[in-house]
Amino acid sequence: MSGVSNRSFEREEFEKRFPEAKITERSSRRVYVDVDRAQISEVAAFLFKEHGIRFAIATGTDTRNGFEILYHFAHDARGVMYSVRIFVPKEDPKVISLGSWLPAARWIEREMHELLGIDFEGHPNLKPLLTAEDWPRDRHPLRRGE
Amino acid sequence: MKKVVPIGPYHPLQEEPEFFKLQVEGEKVVGLEINIGYNHRGHEYISPTMTWDQVTFLVERICGICSNSHPFAYVCAVEDCAKIEVPERAEYIRTIVDELQRIHSHFLWVGLAGHFLGYNTVWMWFWRYREPLLDLLESITGNRNHYAMMKIGGVRRDIKDEDIPAIEKTLNLLEEKTALFTRAVLDDPVIRARLENVGFLRTEDAIAYGVLGPTARGSGVAIDVRKDHPNAAYGWIPWDMIVFDECDLFAKAKVRLLECLESVKMIRECLKRMKPGEICAEVHEIPPGEGIGHIEAPRGEVFHYIRSDGSNMPVRHKVRAPSYMNVASNVAAVKGCTIADAVLVLASVDPCYCCTERVMVVEDHKKIGDGNYLIQLSQKRTETLAKRFGDPESRLRTFI
Repeated sequence: MSGVSNRSFEREEFEKRFPEAKITERSSRRVYVDVDRAQISEVAAFLFKEHGIRFAIATGTDTRNGFEILYHFAHDARGVMYSVRIFVPKEDPKVISLGSWLPAARWIEREMHELLGIDFEGHPNLKPLLTAEDWPRDRHPLRRGE
Repeated sequence: MKKVVPIGPYHPLQEEPEFFKLQVEGEKVVGLEINIGYNHRGHEYISPTMTWDQVTFLVERICGICSNSHPFAYVCAVEDCAKIEVPERAEYIRTIVDELQRIHSHFLWVGLAGHFLGYNTVWMWFWRYREPLLDLLESITGNRNHYAMMKIGGVRRDIKDEDIPAIEKTLNLLEEKTALFTRAVLDDPVIRARLENVGFLRTEDAIAYGVLGPTARGSGVAIDVRKDHPNAAYGWIPWDMIVFDECDLFAKAKVRLLECLESVKMIRECLKRMKPGEICAEVHEIPPGEGIGHIEAPRGEVFHYIRSDGSNMPVRHKVRAPSYMNVASNVAAVKGCTIADAVLVLASVDPCYCCTERVMVVEDHKKIGDGNYLIQLSQKRTETLAKRFGDPESRLRTFI
């Protein structure tokens, strides 16, 4: 693909492994990847375990079409930020947990669980992180209209 | 028998008040449970109700110590979204303010660490020389804290040429004193005995927990946003990343102390290279899209993500402070320590440590220790060691 900077990560390898993923390079330092939510654990393992790319944080957003989670991975050796985007439908808010094998993702998954009401399957300890102990468990502060 | 030593929950100075429940067997720590969220202020919720320029002031209030880092990361995120080119002079001024803030934050930590060790001389020294630094920040920015220097597209205030001699004078003083104190602190046998081989955060754990900043660099993980993802002037000026791979508390202290000297070097270089010019780009509308800004705060990477729909407010704003990752790693670092050492281990990631004032030891619903219990415990241990090595305070005094 023309215009791909040499800073880009192992793109060919990634495309071969995940042919359905849609890669968008917004600039030489910001790459956004859209994947299916069923694949997130494999994609994260590819980035973190195989290529040693640091997990920075995840952003959960309530949009009109459903929840959107961006997992931000920072490739410190190349100075690129990869943001892996998945969509989660509101009627079935379930995602495979990364926290089961990646301790860095545990707190943020707990946070998204309580603030947006997304279930992370396989998380070792999905307790509320920020809200008070007596806060109702079915109220999610970052959901629109609540 | 397992007992629980609760530390917390209210932590008045830090942005994330924490509650540490130390599970102990006798003197040894066998587990740790961390509760946060006691002072959750909902910045991510408030931010989409404010205009782009107002949010700069909102995020400045997230942390009082690194009050330059959050607005810096936020304006970088907006500039990333709107593709704004920041003038060169503004990039140098951003670097100068950020590095001054780093020195003051590290001085604050070393001072507090000295106090917990029972070395009040160290505390007084570092805080004594933190004052001229805060005065310098006041003369540059107008405030000792909450500098309000960052603005989308540049900086709010210029550094005047006639102020530069005063800045250099303070830098010379800081460099001389930091070098002196660093030698004094690092050569002291009692401090070494307290910090060396204590609170191991193994490199694998540091990577798995995603720790950042001096906490990572003391554990042999060579990451620094200033080097790896350079913004502002960090990519233009020469400087060295400080990394140690001993993984103990002493390595983290060394990283912070030597970084202060590195910061002085960087500020000097910026002042030398700075040319007259604009300090802020013209900013029109923020187009729809998303942007990421991340910079190296004194404690590690501050991460901001913003999303715009083309209006004058963000629709989503995610903030991740470095302590969010670093504090979670305490679970790995504190295991196997004694309670007296746990005080230092929990402080080693550089949270503000006034939560020790709230400590209570509860046994069968009866309070057996309170207030300064943990600090006393830690200081007592230093005293014991000091007897072995001679009086630490007098040894330190010989350096003045």
